[in-house]
Amino acid sequence: MQPAFSVIFLTTLIGAAQGLFLTLYATEISGWGALSAAELQPFLAKATLVALLFTGLGLLASFFHLGHPERAWRSAAMWRTSWLSREVIALPLFMAGLTVYGAAHGLGLGATRWIGAVTVLLCLGLFVATGMIYASIRFLQEWASPLTLVNYILLGCASGLTLATLLAAGLGMSMLVTPYALAAAVCTALAWVTRSASLLRNARLKPKSTLQSAIGIKHPRIVQKSQGFMGGSFNTREFFHGRTAQMLRSVKWAFLLMVFPLPLLGLAMGVSAASTVLLIMTFVIQYMGLLAERWFFFAQANHPQNLYYQTIS
Amino acid sequence: MSATPIHDPLSPPLADATVETRTTTCYMCACRCGIRVHLRNGEVRYIEGNPDHPLNQGVICAKGSSGIMKQYSPARLTKPLLRKPGSERGDGQFEEIEWDAAFAMLEERLKHLRATDPKKFALFTGRDQMQALTGLFARQFGTPNYAAHGGFCSVNMAAGMIYTIGGSFWEFGGPDLERAKLFVMIGTAEDHHSNPMKRELSKFKRGGGRFVSINPVRTGYSAIADEWIPIKPGTDGALFLALIHELIKLGLYDREFLARYTNAGQLVNQDCSSDEFGMFLRKPDSDIANPLRPANFHWWDRHTDQAVADHAEGADPALLGHFKMPDGTAAVPAFQLLEERVKPYTPEWAEDITGIPADTIRRLAHEMGITARDQKIELPIAWTDCWGKRHQTVTGNPVAFHAMRGLAAHSNGFQTIRSLSILMSLLGTIDRPGGFRHKAPYPRAVPPNARPPKGPQAVKPNTPLDGAPLGWPESPDDLFVDDQGQPVRIDKGFSWEHPLSAHGLMQNVITNAWRGDPYPIDTLLIFMANMAWNSTMNTSEVRHMLNDKHVDGDKAGEYKIPFLVVCDAFQSEMTAFADLILPDTTYLERHDTMSMLDRPISEFDGPVDSVRIPVVAPKGQCKPFQEVVVELASRLKLPAFTHPDGTRKFKGYTDFIVNYETAPGSGIGFLAGWRGKGGEKSMRGEPNPKQWEMYEKNNCVFHYHIPPEHQYMRNWNLGYMEWAQKVGIRRDKDPVIIHIYSEFLQGFRRAAQGKRVGKQPPDNLRKRVETYFDPLPFHYAPLEEQATDIAKYPLNAITQRPMAMYHSWDSQNAWLRQIHTHNYLMVNPKTAQAQGIADGGWMWVESQWGKVRCMCRYSEAVEPGTVWTWNAIGKSSGAWNLTPDANESQRGFLLNHLISEELPLNSSGAKVSNSDPITGQAAWYDVRVRIYKAAEGEPEQTFPQFKTVSAAPGMQQMLPRWQAYFAGKGAKK
Amino acid sequence: MTQLALVIDLNVCVGCHACVTSCKQWNTSGTAGSLTDLNPYGADPNGTFFNRVQTFEVGEFPNTQTVHFPKSCLHCEDPPCVPVCPTGASYKRAEDGIVLVDYDKCIGCKYCTWACPYGAREFDEERKVMTKCTLCVDRVTDTKLPEPERKPSCVLACPANARLFGDVHDPESVVSKAIAERGGYQLMPEWGTRPSNHYLPRRKTEMRIHPEDLKRVDNPLKLDGKQPEYAHREPGREDFAT
Ligand SMILES: Nc1nc2c(c(=O)[nH]1)N[C@H]1C(S)=C(S)[C@@H](COP(=O)(O)OP(=O)(O)OC[C@H]3O[C@@H](n4cnc5c(=O)[nH]c(N)nc54)[C@H](O)[C@@H]3O)O[C@H]1N2
Ligand SMILES: Nc1nc2c(c(=O)[nH]1)N[C@H]1C(S)=C(S)[C@@H](COP(=O)(O)OP(=O)(O)OC[C@H]3O[C@@H](n4cnc5c(=O)[nH]c(N)nc54)[C@H](O)[C@@H]3O)O[C@H]1N2
Ligand code: SF4
Ligand code: SF4
Ligand code: SF4
Ligand code: SF4
Ligand code: SF4
Ligand SMILES: [Mo]
Repeated sequence: MQPAFSVIFLTTLIGAAQGLFLTLYATEISGWGALSAAELQPFLAKATLVALLFTGLGLLASFFHLGHPERAWRSAAMWRTSWLSREVIALPLFMAGLTVYGAAHGLGLGATRWIGAVTVLLCLGLFVATGMIYASIRFLQEWASPLTLVNYILLGCASGLTLATLLAAGLGMSMLVTPYALAAAVCTALAWVTRSASLLRNARLKPKSTLQSAIGIKHPRIVQKSQGFMGGSFNTREFFHGRTAQMLRSVKWAFLLMVFPLPLLGLAMGVSAASTVLLIMTFVIQYMGLLAERWFFFAQANHPQNLYYQTIS
Repeated sequence: MSATPIHDPLSPPLADATVETRTTTCYMCACRCGIRVHLRNGEVRYIEGNPDHPLNQGVICAKGSSGIMKQYSPARLTKPLLRKPGSERGDGQFEEIEWDAAFAMLEERLKHLRATDPKKFALFTGRDQMQALTGLFARQFGTPNYAAHGGFCSVNMAAGMIYTIGGSFWEFGGPDLERAKLFVMIGTAEDHHSNPMKRELSKFKRGGGRFVSINPVRTGYSAIADEWIPIKPGTDGALFLALIHELIKLGLYDREFLARYTNAGQLVNQDCSSDEFGMFLRKPDSDIANPLRPANFHWWDRHTDQAVADHAEGADPALLGHFKMPDGTAAVPAFQLLEERVKPYTPEWAEDITGIPADTIRRLAHEMGITARDQKIELPIAWTDCWGKRHQTVTGNPVAFHAMRGLAAHSNGFQTIRSLSILMSLLGTIDRPGGFRHKAPYPRAVPPNARPPKGPQAVKPNTPLDGAPLGWPESPDDLFVDDQGQPVRIDKGFSWEHPLSAHGLMQNVITNAWRGDPYPIDTLLIFMANMAWNSTMNTSEVRHMLNDKHVDGDKAGEYKIPFLVVCDAFQSEMTAFADLILPDTTYLERHDTMSMLDRPISEFDGPVDSVRIPVVAPKGQCKPFQEVVVELASRLKLPAFTHPDGTRKFKGYTDFIVNYETAPGSGIGFLAGWRGKGGEKSMRGEPNPKQWEMYEKNNCVFHYHIPPEHQYMRNWNLGYMEWAQKVGIRRDKDPVIIHIYSEFLQGFRRAAQGKRVGKQPPDNLRKRVETYFDPLPFHYAPLEEQATDIAKYPLNAITQRPMAMYHSWDSQNAWLRQIHTHNYLMVNPKTAQAQGIADGGWMWVESQWGKVRCMCRYSEAVEPGTVWTWNAIGKSSGAWNLTPDANESQRGFLLNHLISEELPLNSSGAKVSNSDPITGQAAWYDVRVRIYKAAEGEPEQTFPQFKTVSAAPGMQQMLPRWQAYFAGKGAKK
Repeated sequence: MTQLALVIDLNVCVGCHACVTSCKQWNTSGTAGSLTDLNPYGADPNGTFFNRVQTFEVGEFPNTQTVHFPKSCLHCEDPPCVPVCPTGASYKRAEDGIVLVDYDKCIGCKYCTWACPYGAREFDEERKVMTKCTLCVDRVTDTKLPEPERKPSCVLACPANARLFGDVHDPESVVSKAIAERGGYQLMPEWGTRPSNHYLPRRKTEMRIHPEDLKRVDNPLKLDGKQPEYAHREPGREDFAT
């Protein structure tokens, strides 16, 4: 598939926001850092604002994906069948949840636990919807796996926790830094495992469709001589990345490095050195890594339609 | 964001638009299907096949469906253009002029030439279908220098078959797939009768017919063949001879058919000492049937064991054996000579030449012979033959063939095609159900009656030629040569170099005119041919010749071809070289006729002709060439266009078509339908002033159904002959006997051997004429192969017609060019890998004449000794109003650069056209090449490249980045 | 229930592309139009087409088959492209099973294309909406057209009559009969999309020659005093036990 930057930004940004929010809510209900509600509130309010900002940017990015953004409102219509529709509903709801949650904290309105609980549900719903957008396309075998969902959640949580760590450090909530960093490290490590698992799975995938089943001719040797047109088309633009295998491999190693070991290192160093700068760098590296990860996620997916678009002449 | 309303796929678009449907005839190619053009608010909205048209019966092809993009193409010329003074030909620098000025310029120039030396005006036309009009113009003008595309197209197909069976494939006849059981297609990709062929093939296959294709490449129709038999190019003659060998050896031929309808049983003089050796023996006291073509032959009657008049009542000719005439002359039936000729041509012999396993050849022969013999068709249709015998039924041997340029475009094509015709005759499949069927006006006499002018004296100032400029020589005396035996035509047609060049040699006109050999000309008018590109060989050199000037002498600085006029509808590669461009209309903008006097669209069951009626107004100042010809003819006061008092006879083309008669009162004109004062007559009758309207009302087509008893065996069908004579399709009604043995060819051979009084070949051509004018079919390696080191150039290079493009003229079509944007050289992977050339990699193809850089595509559907590409997809930069970086010019290439228009005649250094030595057919497919990998670092661009030509005045100057055609909203949304 | 569909006969399709451009011209000026072309006269021209004809080579020289393979939307009975569409722009008509896109509702998110395994949808780059074969719904349902012309444009155009059109749920229709008699099949059956369009496979007609056929009492050579020179090579009927 041709990686679509709007979608790469959308999913990584909202993923981090979701992770961040979950962290915040966990902080509120778990008593991490043993802080009082009053001590926590300004931080939670500000951090929620950051999460809201990330979702906003994600939403903005998503509009660039649409041919007719002015009709975007229509996309909520098919929530019964379409995960995309569900995401379209879940995202604003989650943002609304964030807003209310953040406002409740910021203005000290109370009932934040309840509001948070609802928002958590929305957040999880959004995770599922986003993950399922990809996992439910059974033709893209690389995506059609529960691992896709797990990865979306874990990567979102990992980056959200890293973000939370740096926010805690930056906003002077030093008692939260260590628990956050630890949680971030755990999530990152878990995501490392599940994302590696999906890479391994994908490496072993046997395409379900073959040229034989695509055109219905049973012969071991079939070669396309012409796809029927020469100057390209939507089908060749959307589903082919046109990059070399070499480049793909580089991107893979880059994200494997930038999303997992480097952030682990960065967290350890940032916490031990109590350096916000290092933590910022850690988050930036991990986020960039996630962009690469998402890019690779797209590029690696090989659509069966490609069987029909191989050769010009 | 788009501001335009978008429609749900069920809402009516432009609900209040005016719509209109008009019928006319397609001309996106020469098939000439009937179409219905739907207009919305005056714009073409949809073109569909006309279901009520006999030719296409509603279907339409990719090109026909893209007519809209031709009509609204930005490459259209819209103004008469004159080359800018001081600019070079080829640069495409023009200024607009008015039609009046253009006509005045032409009138003055041509008037002078006509009054001094009419030969100095040459008119050559490409893939048009108006030879009846352009030929008439040339004839009336008095210039013999006229021909159409036939010489570079398929004259071998016409001549090879017409000199044998009086008809041919191409546009003159075809396979009866409705009744055939076995269909063998040879050397055909996608040819003229393309929509009907597809329709028939599909019906044939669904009906269980067996389809075999013989072709080095599996493209086009061959894709759906039941069996593909790859063959080495230029070797089909060997295959046919081996098939004939096998059929005769096993007795798998239709003896009855051969005996009565061919000259197989006619006795040939075998007296070596006689000058008449090899000619048919004549029976002086016999009925000669037609003084022009005396038919007083002998048979050796099997029953009485003596020589009798051919077709004597009760006689049955011996086909084999050696006999002595009463006067002692040795005589053998022609068939005996054929049998002896093919004796050594065993399937094993052919295997070595063709690359087809001998067993396959044998099996093929058996399939043909057995199908023809055992699956006979008997139609309960009684008919009478030309010798008066009544037959209760019509018999068919259901083996059908079709062949085209794969045979024709080789320098051995004439003899190869004669071999095929003889093979078809042996199987008894000529004008019979399930076999080959003629289309009116065929069958014609062998050869047809028209003869070329006979010598320089035929060309006189201010005088029409006394016959057509082209014709069919029957004997050396019909050649168009001077006293020294040298050519009179600029293309050297009908000379000893190419005696039977019935369609001329358009491919040599530019080279000859440039060299001034046989003489310089003044004005060259090219209509509808892209002779600076794909209808020329040696393209780079020819482009130079078009722009070449004398360097010294009194003409220093003048062009070698002084005045070049091009009539085209688009900015082709050729228009850039013109001094004067005449912008033509498109087929949707003009009146036109597909006349019985040219190549009509007849069906097996009777003559069909058709017309075009304009469905939209001409763009800009475009003027139909039809009108231009009538206007020029009137201004020049050519007799057929002028009253005795000097005033013009015809107001314009439509008036001309209605009122012109081949001779005063002949009742024969361009159109055969709705003749007579009120349109009540057909085929022949007085002019009908309402003829156009009647065609228009009847789908623009006229179909005359001849009765079933006249539909078959037309070569020998008395009833048909009488009808054909009555309506003027034939001059005589003598039977058209099949020439298994060609006495006409023997006549030329005798002249070359000095055994014949009359015209003699110049000495340097004697050997050539003697060799190739063999009265019996034979196979020889193509001339280019004979002149090539084939160890160095081991491969054959050929082209194919793509179904979705017509020659060079569809690259301006926004839809079609998306299908074929550039071309690859298609190479068998084994052949390519041997040279280290990758699939998709850049490579060179090189012949001894030139080289081209292109891209390679592997293909398992090509014989390893052959490489091929699509015809004319490559373009020169800027032509056709494409951007300079368009794929056509950057990645597309033209094979023509590798093909020479001339070959060395012999060691003397003299040159002769790279053509069939009998007919002058351009030998496109003879070229031998080698291939190798392009070096690292070479530009990824095809070679050669030419200077970019910019859009001419009057053409669309700004090209859209995107286009969304929606009829009724203005050409572009 | 009616399910309209195309049945494409690969046994007679010659790869002429008539169905490609006739589709384009009908649809560009029709309710589905206009169909954009990009760089129409420049480098790499491309555009929106609902139907493409592809070419495959099967086997190795000399046993090569050249297979032309037209493909447009297959109007799946269980179209995966429909439920994924967030706006409902993609829908399957209940009355005849045609899968359509409502261009007024489409937001151009392209999600449906991911869900079509056949690459049958094309995004129109100028209108920014998803497009695809409409099965010429505006022709086949247009009662103003004469009955025989109420067929898709590509079907009417096809010179080889390789495109059959009809109701695959009606066992008496030409298409159902062709599928039944000629082994019509669906593309990528592994996905369970149940395409309505079917393809008819190549068939090979061969001829069996028996040696006796070559040698006959009525051989014409005999009339001219000769015998056929016949070499026995293949087994004849008598060589086979039945
Ligand atoms: N779509 C479309 N239709 C056209 C045209 C077009 O440009 N486009 N052009 C029209 C014109 S002007 C013409 S003349 C006709 C030509 O119609 P065709 O004769 O069908 O056209 P070619 O492409 O020249 O096909 C020649 C075929 O012969 C094969 N061949 C070459 N050499 C040999 C050989 O030695 N032996 C055998 N057995 N086969 C050989 C080639 O592989 C090729 O398949 O088509 C007409 N129809
Ligand atoms: N290598 C190679 N070369 C070949 C062949 C081959 O097989 N291989 N085939 C040869 C054969 S068979 C042929 S017939 C020739 C064909 O060669 P040409 O006859 O030169 O055919 P085109 O290149 O299409 O050029 C025809 C010209 O007519 C113009 N035209 C189109 N419509 C109209 C119109 O309505 N009015 C006017 N006035 N002009 C119009 C086009 O713009 C174009 O410039 O090519 C020959 N060249
Ligand atoms: S075959 Fe030729 S005449 Fe017929 S529709 Fe196609 S382009 Fe037109
Ligand atoms: S072919 Fe593709 S677009 Fe058409 S119905 Fe099936 S899934 Fe949908
Ligand atoms: S692109 Fe249009 S039709 Fe496709 S899923 Fe999106 S809204 Fe639906
Ligand atoms: S049915 Fe209509 S829309 Fe579909 S491919 Fe055929 S012509 Fe195009
Ligand atoms: S129009 Fe018919 S024969 Fe031509 S490519 Fe399409 S399906 Fe095949
Ligand atoms: Mo031609």
